[in-house]
Amino acid sequence: MSNIHVTTTVNGDEVEFLCDPRETLLDALRDKLNLTGAKEGCGTGDCGACSVTMDGRLVCSCLVLGAEAEGKQIGTVEGIADGETLHPLQQKFIEYAALQCGICTPGILVATKALLEKNPDPTETEVRYWLAGNLCRCTGYDKIIRAVMDTAADLRRAS
Amino acid sequence: MALDGPKTSGFTAVGTTPNRPDGLDKVTGRAKFGADAQAPGMLHAAIVRSPHAHARIVSIDTSKAEALKGVKTVVTRADFTTGLKGENWNILENVMAGDTALYDGHAVAAVAAISPLIARDAIKLVEVEYQVLPHVTNVDAAMAQDAPIIREGAANKSVPAGLHPNVVRYHESGHGDVDKGFAAADLVIEDHFTTEATHQGYIEPHACLAQLGGDGKGELWCCTQGHWNVQKICAALVGIETSQLRVTASEIGGGFGGKTVVFIEPVALALSRKANRPVKLVMNRSEVFRASGPTSSTSMDVKIGMKNDGTITAASGTFRLQGGAFPGAPMEFTAMCAFAPYALENVRQVGYDVMTNRPKQAAYRAPGSPMAAFAVESVIDELCKELGLDPIQTRLKNASHEGTKASFGPKFDKIGLVETLEAAKAHPHFTAPLGENQGRGVSCGFWFNHSGETSVTLALSEDGSAQIVVGTPDIGGSRASMALMAAEELGIPYENIRCTIADTASLGYNEVSHGSRVTYASGLATIAAARDAVKRLCGRAAAKWGIDEEAVVWEDGCAKPSGPNAGDFDPLPLAEITRTMGATGGPINGHFEATPEGAGVSFATHIVDAEVDPETGKTSIVRYTVVQDAGKAIHPAYVEGQFQGGAAQGIGWALNEEYIYGEDGRLQNDLFLDYRIPVASDLPMIDTVIVEVPNPGHPYGVRGVGETSICPPLAAIANAVSAAAGVRLHDLPMSPPRIRAALDAQKDG
Ligand code: FES
Ligand code: FES
Repeated sequence: MSNIHVTTTVNGDEVEFLCDPRETLLDALRDKLNLTGAKEGCGTGDCGACSVTMDGRLVCSCLVLGAEAEGKQIGTVEGIADGETLHPLQQKFIEYAALQCGICTPGILVATKALLEKNPDPTETEVRYWLAGNLCRCTGYDKIIRAVMDTAADLRRAS
Repeated sequence: MALDGPKTSGFTAVGTTPNRPDGLDKVTGRAKFGADAQAPGMLHAAIVRSPHAHARIVSIDTSKAEALKGVKTVVTRADFTTGLKGENWNILENVMAGDTALYDGHAVAAVAAISPLIARDAIKLVEVEYQVLPHVTNVDAAMAQDAPIIREGAANKSVPAGLHPNVVRYHESGHGDVDKGFAAADLVIEDHFTTEATHQGYIEPHACLAQLGGDGKGELWCCTQGHWNVQKICAALVGIETSQLRVTASEIGGGFGGKTVVFIEPVALALSRKANRPVKLVMNRSEVFRASGPTSSTSMDVKIGMKNDGTITAASGTFRLQGGAFPGAPMEFTAMCAFAPYALENVRQVGYDVMTNRPKQAAYRAPGSPMAAFAVESVIDELCKELGLDPIQTRLKNASHEGTKASFGPKFDKIGLVETLEAAKAHPHFTAPLGENQGRGVSCGFWFNHSGETSVTLALSEDGSAQIVVGTPDIGGSRASMALMAAEELGIPYENIRCTIADTASLGYNEVSHGSRVTYASGLATIAAARDAVKRLCGRAAAKWGIDEEAVVWEDGCAKPSGPNAGDFDPLPLAEITRTMGATGGPINGHFEATPEGAGVSFATHIVDAEVDPETGKTSIVRYTVVQDAGKAIHPAYVEGQFQGGAAQGIGWALNEEYIYGEDGRLQNDLFLDYRIPVASDLPMIDTVIVEVPNPGHPYGVRGVGETSICPPLAAIANAVSAAAGVRLHDLPMSPPRIRAALDAQKDG
């Protein structure tokens, strides 16, 4: 089976890769571009560990084909910090001990960043429902929700 | 290590909540987990798995798979060592089936190819001829006289005569005379309970990268809770010397007990040896469910007698656990934990370890204990209800304390059960008003905690910073706790300490990160290693000052003259001593290697409010409070995290999670969509109260906290749901159909 040539933009960088037509965007990011921040927890769209943005929209990269990235803007966890400066969400997740093992963290950060861009003033319930597609088995979500709410408040104060 | 009783005050670093040292790596995607490793020339592997619950393997034809372009090699059981005994044989049999597939998902062959897609294509071309055998997946059915036999001769000597060959181990313990005790009771309640198997549900599937050469030297990278254990088992299974296999633990994306054993690692090593290339092997989620560690399912009978004033006069329990197609269900823990919270004169507990056609059970957070608490604490709740007694007061009346002869034998040392009950009673949650269709439940829980073999090295650098090398993988922030304890002892800032998890070639043996042992045992070892280094620092200062080593003390990060020499010399800061250490006697390191005694048992009390929708039978957890004895919280935020995580897993176990097998013995819900773990919108905030009753066996009084938090939730939630629904629930999970059925039965009855 012949491979497909894909040109896409990841975290602002134009990149190219060859992928099998059956390969997912998650596989392409991890295996072709060496961006292993997005994780595969299920491969079926149920855990959110593979969350990335595609043209600004939150997607499960395990449910997107690598070939579909052609001409798109992809955002991954590796692109959240601004150089050495962490995004406020990243900073708060560390401060709040909002991660234990940390395998869910990349997906949750990508997802919550997308939430706050859409809705800078979410209620606790809105955060909980927005994150309902991101499984965390370690924390019981308590500290994650608090970190997100507090980041949102900080960002509102700053703007 | 000699202890003069734990330090209980004057902490400077311990008890604070600094950022974890690996935080940056984990929020930027830089941290390397199991599946994130690569090697030059690496192949990708996939495993052929049995679609049958029980079948004889007649033949395996690999020729078509081998002919596929890009396939490099195929292995079957013939590529592993022969002649293994005991648990190593069981593990090999589980890792790769011999002549019989014992459960749906059992590995029968594996392929390595140049890409993951080719490997997955190739496994479909491996032709396995099966002769299907009768199967059994239910624990009670597996004990019945007509049950199909999983494996003849698997039972050990503990099993009384006349039981089915699927009963492979038996446990009995207790003291006093239960018949006499029951006769003295004003009310005796006996009931039957069941729980379904659940999965640890770590979000990171098992993953490894292996290289094994014809020279018998190997390298293995994998996500594991204990890489020395992986080293030992893998070396045995592929037939090489333990020390020739170097194992590096990746960052680990959750384990909860399920990553204390091996599943795919020996397969990757065997493929690598045969292909002479590095091999990466990653399970998909379905494989995680079908072929890695679920818990046991249980069938339990519990009987408790009580006086009108709440005094328990006797208690007995029978606990039947199936552990899949191998011996090892943790029924003795179930039996021993069942009545541990209570000081009982008459108590008897019996356990059965039963084999079925299911995957080999693996440890899950306090293995066996949560189920016991579910049955026992449900009966206590019923007794309190019938006799009109307060649930916390009644538990306090019977609570175990220092000196109590435990239900499982020994006398308790200093324990904190009473303190957790008092704190729960005083918590505003306990007296808050309840809404419509809501009920409140409480439960206690108990876990032993474990210590285990431990090695730690601490090395000082010339600039006065320190590195600690530990061997227990960091599952939930333990690097931070280790650095805090070292900072406390050395008197240098937390930030000046780096904690690394060593590979098996860089440190002595360390037992697995399990049994809530890391903060206790690696912590104790870190403190001991730091004290060892401090002794050497004091020695250098003594030599410089020309005084006796004994006349030097270590305070606030400095060597100071003491006794008759006090005040004679200026304090020498750590960095002053290390700056010249090369010239004053060489590198300054500290070590600890031992198996510490005195892990210190732990108790918790949980309070939960549940709301049951009478129309649909759906339960919502509206409020949750965890009260647990941590002995001493080193990094309180991560202690709270353990409390909250255990409670959340308990909520899943109580309400949703279960392995569902069809008539054909196949697992029907092998995806997160169908095996539903709690999501953010299912849960409330989880309040925590950290009780600190110091453990006499640790220099700071630490007790492990990781496991006890999952012991009370099943029962606490069952008590809350039963109160809300007005009908006692005896079977987990309390899913909406089960609650509806119980409500309907009550209406009809
Ligand atoms: S890996 Fe994509 S949702 Fe789980
Ligand atoms: S921190 Fe482990 S899964 Fe979320």
